[in-house]
Amino acid sequence: MAIEINGTAAATGPRPGQCLRKFLREQGNTGVKKGCDGGDCGACTVHVDGTPVHSCIYPAIRAEGHAVTTIEGLAAAAGSRDGQLHPVQQQFMERQGFQCGFCTAGMVMTAATFDDEQRENLPRNLKGNLCRCTGYRAIADAVCGAAGHPDPAGQGSGIAGEGQPDPEPARLGDDVPAPASRAVVTGAARYTLDVPRDQQQALLHLKILRSPHAHARVVSIDKAAALKVPGVVAVFTHEDAPEQLFSTAQHELFTDDPDDTRVLDDVARFIGQRVAAVVAESVAAAEAGVRALQAEYAELPAVFSPQEALLPGAPLVHGDKDAFAARISGPERNVVAELHSELGSVADGFAAADFIHEQTYETQRVQHVALETHAAIASVDAEGRLQVRTSSQVPFLVRRTLCRVFGLPEDKVHVVAGRVGGGFGGKQEVLTEDLVALAALKLERPVQLELTRTEQFTATTTRHPFTIKLKAGASKEGLLTALQLDVVTNTGAYGNHGPGVMFHGCGESLAVYNCANKKVDAHSVYTNTVPAGAFRGYGLSQMIFAIESAMDELAAGIGMDPLEFRRRNMVREGDHMLSTQPDPEEDVHYGSYGLDQCLDLVRDALDRGKARYREAGLDDLGPDWMVGEGAALSMIDTVPPRGHFAHSRLRLLPDGTYQADVGTAEFGNGTTTVHAQLAATALSTEASRVAVRQSDTDLVEHDTGAFGSAGTVVAGKATLAAAEELAVRIRAFAAGIRQTQASACVLDGDAVVVDGSPVALADLAQAAADAGVELAAEGRWGGTPRSVAFNVHGFRVAVNRGTGELKILQSVQAADAGVVVNPRQCRGQIEGGIAQALGATLYEEVVVDDAGRVTTDILRQYHIPTFADVPRSEVYFADTNDKLGPLGAKSMSESPFNPVAPALANAIRNATGVRFASLPIARDRIYLGLKGAGLVPGLEHVPA
Amino acid sequence: MDMNTIEAVVPTTDPAQWRDGDAWLAGGTVLFSYGSYAFGPQPLKRLLDLGDAGWTPITVTDDGIELAATCTIAQLYGLPVSPAAAGRSMPGLDLVRACCDSFVASFKVWNMSTVGGNLCTSLPAGPIISLCAGLDGVATVLAPGGASRTIPVAEFVTGDAKNCLAPGELLRSVRLPASALTARVAFRRLSLSNLGRSGVLLIGRLDGDASVTLTVTAATRRPVQLRFEGVPDTDRLAAALDDAIPAELYHDDIHGLPAWRRDMTYRLAEEIRTELAAPAGAHGFPVSGDFWPPRAGAAPAPGATTFSKGA
Repeated sequence: MAIEINGTAAATGPRPGQCLRKFLREQGNTGVKKGCDGGDCGACTVHVDGTPVHSCIYPAIRAEGHAVTTIEGLAAAAGSRDGQLHPVQQQFMERQGFQCGFCTAGMVMTAATFDDEQRENLPRNLKGNLCRCTGYRAIADAVCGAAGHPDPAGQGSGIAGEGQPDPEPARLGDDVPAPASRAVVTGAARYTLDVPRDQQQALLHLKILRSPHAHARVVSIDKAAALKVPGVVAVFTHEDAPEQLFSTAQHELFTDDPDDTRVLDDVARFIGQRVAAVVAESVAAAEAGVRALQAEYAELPAVFSPQEALLPGAPLVHGDKDAFAARISGPERNVVAELHSELGSVADGFAAADFIHEQTYETQRVQHVALETHAAIASVDAEGRLQVRTSSQVPFLVRRTLCRVFGLPEDKVHVVAGRVGGGFGGKQEVLTEDLVALAALKLERPVQLELTRTEQFTATTTRHPFTIKLKAGASKEGLLTALQLDVVTNTGAYGNHGPGVMFHGCGESLAVYNCANKKVDAHSVYTNTVPAGAFRGYGLSQMIFAIESAMDELAAGIGMDPLEFRRRNMVREGDHMLSTQPDPEEDVHYGSYGLDQCLDLVRDALDRGKARYREAGLDDLGPDWMVGEGAALSMIDTVPPRGHFAHSRLRLLPDGTYQADVGTAEFGNGTTTVHAQLAATALSTEASRVAVRQSDTDLVEHDTGAFGSAGTVVAGKATLAAAEELAVRIRAFAAGIRQTQASACVLDGDAVVVDGSPVALADLAQAAADAGVELAAEGRWGGTPRSVAFNVHGFRVAVNRGTGELKILQSVQAADAGVVVNPRQCRGQIEGGIAQALGATLYEEVVVDDAGRVTTDILRQYHIPTFADVPRSEVYFADTNDKLGPLGAKSMSESPFNPVAPALANAIRNATGVRFASLPIARDRIYLGLKGAGLVPGLEHVPA
Repeated sequence: MDMNTIEAVVPTTDPAQWRDGDAWLAGGTVLFSYGSYAFGPQPLKRLLDLGDAGWTPITVTDDGIELAATCTIAQLYGLPVSPAAAGRSMPGLDLVRACCDSFVASFKVWNMSTVGGNLCTSLPAGPIISLCAGLDGVATVLAPGGASRTIPVAEFVTGDAKNCLAPGELLRSVRLPASALTARVAFRRLSLSNLGRSGVLLIGRLDGDASVTLTVTAATRRPVQLRFEGVPDTDRLAAALDDAIPAELYHDDIHGLPAWRRDMTYRLAEEIRTELAAPAGAHGFPVSGDFWPPRAGAAPAPGATTFSKGA
């Protein structure tokens, strides 16, 4: 009995152990996504005879004789006429209930089955659909059909404030929808592995033998048995890999990171490191080949904590490296980078203090959990050019790294990213591209590597865990007299992003406070554990957790309101922003300043929230609940240091619309929309008339990439420059053919108005073509000078003294994003950052056991926030207009994450009197903390 | 995920068919979630498919309720409002939906996952284990050669992902006795996240005002049952917990520290004791935490203040 898919019987049947998800994708239904492959995330939701199921855990054979509906067939199955969407698809499009869109098909397929009762209880009914981008507010609005655009007068509407320029329809300040909306809600958007069926069938598949040892030399790898497995084409080991060392971390300057990594190394430095690659005609054969490999290891002593790694005599993770050549600060001490500085004298500062706070703060490993796992396809085309399709935030840097590692000229390598299913910094690395390139170059056949969710957890990258010994002093007048930090970060087995995260972490977190005496000693330390890497906030969130917690402790110590204490010490426009250097960064300026507004916005919102609870008679939650509030602030430079480059090309198309070619990648950050809006504003047209193409190394010269929140403020600036230049050229050309002044020519939508009469842009394009003139322009931006952006978060919480349960009664964030190009989208970035930070604050932790093994290797062991976990946050924007950003805009993608953890810890401290200095602050730890402080009643009968 | 080592799927309910490298396939939601390599030193080679077993999912009689191992969670969830249960006074059925909603898995997974699958996976937080143990369920196990045996569900699970099944044995059904189903019951649960995996799940039962049975799950590596003549006082209850649960029996994983699970066990046990000591109906059917069912008018829902503004 055949499986019917969207009304058509499948021509082939499934394999015995195949899951329905994989069968459907093989049949060409690539709208069915893999987020976890374990039944947890719901991205693969389809209907079998109308019933929603997770197709990744549905035995495909069970679907024989049944009718399967996927996202591609949903509208038709529901009786929508040709081209019309299912109502739920329509709502997701209208309410923009997505960012990267990788979870969207599953969300839509699930919500399409809801009745009114189910819609009333989304926490329960959507808990099997994980979204890592949005924070779920936009999804709730989409599922329930609530107003997608909030009432501007509403509480926390996320509408720009009074001083913001009036929104221009389809241009600056308008909630323009993402251009890919329809493709996303119909499952047609092409992510990395969503290649057409005929291309899928030509692929070889690569699977990886990973080290079972935390530290070992690879003595030998016997390939013979593996090569005999039917379907296995090749096995690659360190003997096949280039000698060139590199870093998986990707930056504009590769010298920012140590050269400590090989494509395949003969030393394994963490459990899960790749040791060999098997390439086969099918995934099953590649898996069997990996099992058949006989690898012999000589185990080496290993070290798992950075504190132990710093001790004399500790096992050396990269003791074989030359410090200078590899750019490692102290390979003989396991130190990849270090920083020592003192401004003023902290000894004097502590002597002048009336209150001193000392505490060790600790942050944990957390994982990005982008819904799309790392994946890449490489092939060599007929011209001998390496073609790589990858899930990357940085396609141009991937090209550079592949050229460097494999000794290829840049014109022999072409890298493209499709739509990327979430990044958060995790895809600012080369973790798959080098292996598929190696295999494709050797075999001259297309090779695909798709990581499993477990590989993501055990063998990609995490946020750097920080241990921060903090000592800070304040005078009773409320002045910060000294701030001293001893910072140890765990970079794991490789130094990718280790230096950058450490330096950046110790930057804006300290610079936001005026204090004459600041001292920092920091070390980024190797251990034999899964590497850490780039992750939203890039070291700032860890340091801000410590410093903002300390600010509350200092305020409490001197009896001052914590926000008032911050007001007295935070930088004001014009103040030098100093962290570890005696002079301010020469290219960082106050392009605008809204920190003071953000503090007031949060203070006022918390006061209103408190009043609302009181007026509703809900302010007394009973004797079990302790209530409190807290806040924290954060600052971030709007662009990473040392250059971040972008190049954009715009041209007028024959039909009178525009094409914008940009380098930056789209992974849910919304830059495609922003670029279209910026160009539309400069060209006096609508965003929908600007088609953006992106993340393809053949389109433009170079783009450093979508990281460091650069998509709007760097690449957007290049696009704006190109659009402004193109506007000048179009007007000049129109003036030329109409024999008038350029000043008499005004762009307006789809026309140029010349001396009052419109000339259609399509006609102008034809005239230009006839005249042999190309109406096109280019724009570039080098990422400097830079500005600063601010975020302040506030919480009201209730803590149950008997169980440790935490309720978030109110969540408020105020953001200083300059002129907000797209308020709905910017609000979404902030809501998503809050949700991701809540996970990292309350329960997420990549646990590494005493032997160096990651034990939290599936989503059921690594809980990310579900719909039920995330409160609706109020979002406010400051009224600022940045002198440096495009049309006054500032960055706002990493920074909303940064103040959340300390704000929550401060609220819990305010409620309970207990300082929680380690993350995550899970309910069990809250309870045990309260118990330790003698706050838990009724323990007479519980054993001591 | 694909189980690429599977060479054949064999429809059968006969334990004699079982050989090394086989696994019983019920809903498949566990097998396909963990994959071929997670169930022993060697990867699985065959799936023995119970899909066509034809076992009646739920049979309700005056003696009690029999749940087939292949009964899906979705079918079980429908039981309390089904015609079969209509007109019967079975307060114990109040536990059914509370336990189903204790699954971390979504309602969509319930369309495939089964009662037997949850028991045989034998995780401490398996909510159907909690349900069946709490109601003194008795499992029927089929062995090769036509033999069968019965065992209380509370003893069926012997540790974290461990149970009493010998290789090839097949869980056929669970019988919930009428005596337990007609008793007053109490339910308490806590998790580290909203609607998340249970860290502690306790079920209390008052049988005919004469005896109390307390079943501790999720907090402990295996179910622990305490039985009391009459309703114990606080001291007796605590002493019984002391005796029944040594420190090392408290489960230790990412879903709750053992010290928290222990204290919560005592706390929730005392809440259950208080509830069952009070007259019937005095407490309604309360549950701990913010999990189930969603109740209006209790503590304000997070963010409700802005939600109501239509923001």
